[in-house]
Amino acid sequence: MAYALEVSALSRAFTGKQTVVALENVDLKVKEGELFGLLGPNGAGKTTLIKILSTLLLPTSGTAKVLGYDVDGEASKIRPLINMVSGGETSGYGLLTVRENLWMFSQFYGVPGSVARERIDGLLKAFGLEDKANAKVRTISTGQRQRMNIIRGFVTDPKLIFLDEPTLGLDVTTSRTIREYIRDWVRARDDRTLLLTTHYMREAEELCDRVAIIDRGTILACGPPAELKRRMNHASTFVMDTTSFDPAPLSAVRGVKGVSADEIESGKRVRLVLEDESAISDVISAVVSRGGRIVSLNKVEATLEDAFIEMVGRGLG
Amino acid sequence: MAVSAHLRTFRHAAWLGWQMESNWTRPWLFMIYSIARPIAATLILVVMFLVVKQGVANDPAMFAFTYLGSVFFMFVAQVMMGATMVIMEDREHYQTLKQLYIAPISIRVYIIGRAMSKLLLTSVSVVISIAFGILVLGLPLDLGTVDWPLFAAAMALGISCILAIGIALAGITFLTAKHSSGINEGIGGAFYLLCGTLFPLTVLPSWAQAVGMAIPLTYWLELVRRSLYPGSAMEAISGLGALGSGTIMLYLVVSTLAFLAASTLIFRYADRRARRAGKVDMTTSY
Ligand SMILES: Nc1ncnc2c1ncn2[C@@H]1O[C@H](COP(=O)(O)OP(=O)(O)O)[C@@H](O)[C@H]1O
Ligand SMILES: [Mg+2]
Repeated sequence: MAYALEVSALSRAFTGKQTVVALENVDLKVKEGELFGLLGPNGAGKTTLIKILSTLLLPTSGTAKVLGYDVDGEASKIRPLINMVSGGETSGYGLLTVRENLWMFSQFYGVPGSVARERIDGLLKAFGLEDKANAKVRTISTGQRQRMNIIRGFVTDPKLIFLDEPTLGLDVTTSRTIREYIRDWVRARDDRTLLLTTHYMREAEELCDRVAIIDRGTILACGPPAELKRRMNHASTFVMDTTSFDPAPLSAVRGVKGVSADEIESGKRVRLVLEDESAISDVISAVVSRGGRIVSLNKVEATLEDAFIEMVGRGLG
Repeated sequence: MAVSAHLRTFRHAAWLGWQMESNWTRPWLFMIYSIARPIAATLILVVMFLVVKQGVANDPAMFAFTYLGSVFFMFVAQVMMGATMVIMEDREHYQTLKQLYIAPISIRVYIIGRAMSKLLLTSVSVVISIAFGILVLGLPLDLGTVDWPLFAAAMALGISCILAIGIALAGITFLTAKHSSGINEGIGGAFYLLCGTLFPLTVLPSWAQAVGMAIPLTYWLELVRRSLYPGSAMEAISGLGALGSGTIMLYLVVSTLAFLAASTLIFRYADRRARRAGKVDMTTSY
């Protein structure tokens, strides 16, 4: 099995007034044909990793190979084969039309004219942007520009595409359209690979063949969503409602040994992941001793989110 | 990368540059902004100089020297600056630089392509300025006697050199923040003084003359003047009279090649530094 991505001992620091280590000793392998997700909270290092893999940024140390080529020495071999889009991206030449923008980028990748035209039409339709095809980019909405940029990524028919938070800030319908397109795109040919980052748990769980959970520049776990959830089987997950009290229930229960918690509803509802179910009595006394009262306590099925809460020690927030 | 790929990049970049230049809702506004404004900026300097140096205005050869130098310097000001503006605009305003950077294109070819519209518009400005000079200011230029082959060769080399400098500055722009166009303007100003644009090199201190003699633009302006004024009037003023046009052409070729090589090295270095420092997609926060 060929690897689309082979990342080994990769680190990246940003030096400035203070040094920020964005990635630390990351090892990662993504197979050709995979739809791979990087899941992590803001500041985890997802964008930094994507920038390195898409040849925009160099690593501080370690190596990264994209489709067999080294990002440091062989960027010019990688570039024709990949593309990258950040979800929040609203960039583009405002004085060109949507179609002209897409056309120009397709031409920079040497897509033959008739193929490019056909592909642009198909993508505009798939993303519901066909009525804006001839509108100047400066006249369309932010969401429409985001869609245009996602199309820009696919219009070059890359072997490997990086999507950094592709549905960031988009409405539910558009997000679904994009997720469906992403899935179909990868499935349509078996030599297509897609790496996306997200901080939406559902997106990773629904979409990805495999997910890496990343936090503070380190990969904490990597595997198919189902497997990550299975790792949780020894633990128990509860949802607890309380009356509001001071300090907040979340900080009250976080102190309890063997318990990871995340707030679902501010000051009222928390999700608890217990290494051992017997810790529930400590949770209850932690709440009661601080003057809170338990309204309800339900045991629930573990989700990827719980795996995340347990590993990262907090939710995605 | 294949030549055909570079040509394709060039073509689409030039098209984009033209869309940007000509993207005016009122054509006359476009004409004023793109063509008349550089002319006005140039002529103001010439007029100021003529006022200060009364004698120049009364000496036709001296006037031609000053006038042509200033008019042709528009290429330096417009095209060289145009090249560096590409990086600034694409990074900060359109935020497309990162998309272009990871595309399988040569950024340098892209910059040259984008600069073509500036080159075209500046050529129009130069032609208009010369026509204005002849018709209104009494510039003694006889188009029938012009040495066109020499003029064409000098222009080709001069523009290559201007683009090479522009690309090196564009590389440096990669590494700097938005409001650092000061460096570029400073370099433009230095060339203006050191390359015999407004007044001959001979009025400069000897160290400054030596610097001027290492810059191809000096030889370019000299050859442009000599080709437009065959005879000895121009070289008598410039201080390069001891050198034949063939020798100057040789200096121009050699110094242009040296500048091209330096430009390549500077750009590659800056490109790598920018990629290391994470500056390719940097935007200035206000
Ligand atoms: N250019 C930069 N200069 C300094 N720090 C940076 C830069 N880019 C990212 N960082 C820091 O690196 C860390 C990881 O950032 P990022 O990769 O953007 O995370 P994510 O995409 O997961 O939210 C953050 O702490 C961020 O502040
Ligand atoms: Mg990010």
